[in-house]
Amino acid sequence: MKIKPQIKQKIAFTLLGLAAILVIIPVVLILAILIKRGLPAISWQFLTEMPRMGMRAGGIFPAIMGTLCLVIGAIGVALPLGVLTAIYLVEYAKKNWWTRMIEIAIVNLAGVPSVVYGLFGLGLFVIFFQFGSSILAGSLTLAIMELPVIITSSKEALMSVPRSFREASLALGVSRWQTIRYVVLPNALPGILTGSILGISRTAGETAPILFTVAAFYLPRLPKSVLDQCMALPYHLYVLSTQVPNVKPALQYGTALVLVGMVFLLNIVAIIVRAHIRSKKQW
Amino acid sequence: MKTKLLLSGILAVAVLFCTNFLVFAKENENSIQIKGSDTMVNLGQAWAEEFMIENPQTSIAVTGGGSGTGVAALINGTCDIAETSREMKPRELELARKNGHDAQEFKVAIDALAVVVHPSNPVKQLTFDQLSGIFTGKITNWNEVGGNDQKILALSRDRNSGTHVYFLEHILRKGNDKGPEQFAPEVLMLPSSQAIIDEVSQSQSAIGYIGLGYVSPAVKAVAVSKANEGPFVLPSLDTAMNKTYPVARPLLFYTGREPQGTVKSFIDFVLSKKGQEIVRTMDFVPLGDKA
Amino acid sequence: MRKIREFVIEKIILLNGFACILFVILIFFFLAKDGLALFRFVTIQDFLFGTLWNPLAEPPQFGILPLLLGSLVVTLGAAIIAVPLGMACAVFIGEIAPRWMREVLKAGVELLAAIPSIVIGFIGMTMLGPVVKNLFHLPTGLTALTGSLALAFMAIPTMVSIMEDSISAVPRSYKEGSLALGATHWQTIYRVIIPAASSGIVAAIMLGIGRVIGETMAVMMLTGNASVLPKTILAPVRTMTATVAAEMGETVRGSEHYFALFAIGLVLFGITFFINFLADMARHRKKK
Repeated sequence: MKIKPQIKQKIAFTLLGLAAILVIIPVVLILAILIKRGLPAISWQFLTEMPRMGMRAGGIFPAIMGTLCLVIGAIGVALPLGVLTAIYLVEYAKKNWWTRMIEIAIVNLAGVPSVVYGLFGLGLFVIFFQFGSSILAGSLTLAIMELPVIITSSKEALMSVPRSFREASLALGVSRWQTIRYVVLPNALPGILTGSILGISRTAGETAPILFTVAAFYLPRLPKSVLDQCMALPYHLYVLSTQVPNVKPALQYGTALVLVGMVFLLNIVAIIVRAHIRSKKQW
Repeated sequence: MKTKLLLSGILAVAVLFCTNFLVFAKENENSIQIKGSDTMVNLGQAWAEEFMIENPQTSIAVTGGGSGTGVAALINGTCDIAETSREMKPRELELARKNGHDAQEFKVAIDALAVVVHPSNPVKQLTFDQLSGIFTGKITNWNEVGGNDQKILALSRDRNSGTHVYFLEHILRKGNDKGPEQFAPEVLMLPSSQAIIDEVSQSQSAIGYIGLGYVSPAVKAVAVSKANEGPFVLPSLDTAMNKTYPVARPLLFYTGREPQGTVKSFIDFVLSKKGQEIVRTMDFVPLGDKA
Repeated sequence: MRKIREFVIEKIILLNGFACILFVILIFFFLAKDGLALFRFVTIQDFLFGTLWNPLAEPPQFGILPLLLGSLVVTLGAAIIAVPLGMACAVFIGEIAPRWMREVLKAGVELLAAIPSIVIGFIGMTMLGPVVKNLFHLPTGLTALTGSLALAFMAIPTMVSIMEDSISAVPRSYKEGSLALGATHWQTIYRVIIPAASSGIVAAIMLGIGRVIGETMAVMMLTGNASVLPKTILAPVRTMTATVAAEMGETVRGSEHYFALFAIGLVLFGITFFINFLADMARHRKKK
């Protein structure tokens, strides 16, 4: 019995639609579970207090602060490095073998497993540079991890600035670097911003790279210098869910909720900024 | 224009934030870095919390990762106290000495290792031989040790754990730490005692070993005997303290040199009556009075 | 004066351009420095093909075959789930969904990608494990399958976004030509558009696989960590990544175990480098 192509199409499209929904369901599901089980634990005290009673009570303040430190440290290094690299690739590089190598390198940095970054951070920053297990080592490791994201989105942002802008500026006698600095960059800024936000959200959630380079189980006080260790939200969640016995589930889910909440918030902001740019484009 | 303002605002906040951290602080004499056993990490933290309440100018940081992590840190000089649930090996002591750290050992508490099974498991007692057989893979079915006809699911801590090493040397290898016995490849290596409890409580054919402090009503502890004829003893605070329970091990502190200053006060505190009381509340076994 | 400043700035930019190459080389160097040191004690064959991983034995055994196969089984399982789902989703988003739905779905996929792996491991451990256990009547829910399921959902966003890009990049003329010849939309999709986007789709699959093989925290919490040679997907396995993460803390720097873990890192780096290289070639082939 031959089925009409139109019916085949209807069946196919329905199946595909179901697949798409299946893919999105986990996002909704996870968020729902975290909210249902974690929300009871969230309170002002939870967010601003130090942990007590072996992590079974009190708050997760040091973990939040630690994550913030690491994230700021990482973006502080990755952003200038990444944007400059993107500028090189878009504005200066010629299409030769070297450029291909750089692009391959970027793709590879993006693909390196997170635990390998941890090993690398251990070998280079903790041991070789002798920073020890510290915020410095952790941030630098995370920065290199973040680099591909920043470079790729900065590249796109720079490339989306029309050639005519550059040509007009150069025609007026402005030098190349000045053109970049005063004409191209400002117009690419929103796109770069979006990329940074996405990079930050990735950095905030990583556990493996900080396992060997910075994470501490319990610190009674906030870190005082970049050579100190710090606690971090992803590692704290790992510890709460595997190392500490008899933790109230609400505390674990609450920690996860704070982490996911932070990450989702960053991503949604990035998505909105990106949509805003696209609609506001004057060219 | 607005973007510029926003960006400068963010930049200003970040700079203010970071200025707090631009100090490359030198090592504080009043701070102690403790690293090591995951079994002991909660105990270490409880001690630290109490000690810091009594001595507010001190600061004690506790990190887990396993006894091996602590020993490695001691050898590398990156901690003041290594907490371990096993003794340092001669090789490790040698490495420490080579790095200029003359390791000092302090017994600070006792931990009984409980062998746990699902509450519905009919098996109530096991000998060292049987345990060794189960975890080396020689015994694979519960009916070989008096239970149901079910394949045994053996659970262990992962290799970075002193608990793992202690169990390996004293149960599997029956005290001969260089023996050939190994955990069978089929044995699941779980990242923590908590994970072992979770699995055992959900699986009727599971068996695992955890610190006494982790035992909860969700699992059942098995009576253990060193010799094949008995006596079979259930793990408890009393049997561990009076040494009738055969799977009890000392929990140790190692320092890189003769303890001084804050480290010495801390160790004194840990060994004091108050410190040992904390041991009891954390479900470990105090060192026991000479009485 | 200005010229000098310009010159300096441009040189700095040039240097930055090569920073990435430097980092890749550095990563390889530091992995190799400690990883290759292992082979003073163990032969390469024993390492790669040995079936027993027992670093604490006397003498220690460093065979990574069970770990390699563990990683492979979990990755393959994840790929089998992720590729059809990912393709279906990408086609739906790229060709079929109405404009408003497209943006919602794309945002949804991005949020899926954003979920940290530790959270997936945590939720998987508490929710997915018991489900797998009861569904298949297994002694434990910590199996390769559990890991594959969780990892599939981590790989899908990568695959979907690249596949969707490739599908959108297929020239309209192809599509219009096919429709003009009387083919239905669906027929156009699977006979014209997908083959045209095939190299991008292949690249997407490879990058997704690369992401899965390198995943650490979720597998560590979900696959049971038993270093057996995997015989079935319904049993616990141990991956290379989990081994490194779990055992690194206990090793003494400079010990054989330490070198062995770096050697595993080297193998991981090599595998992902190779996959990324292939994916990049596939992508560039298409561009022509």
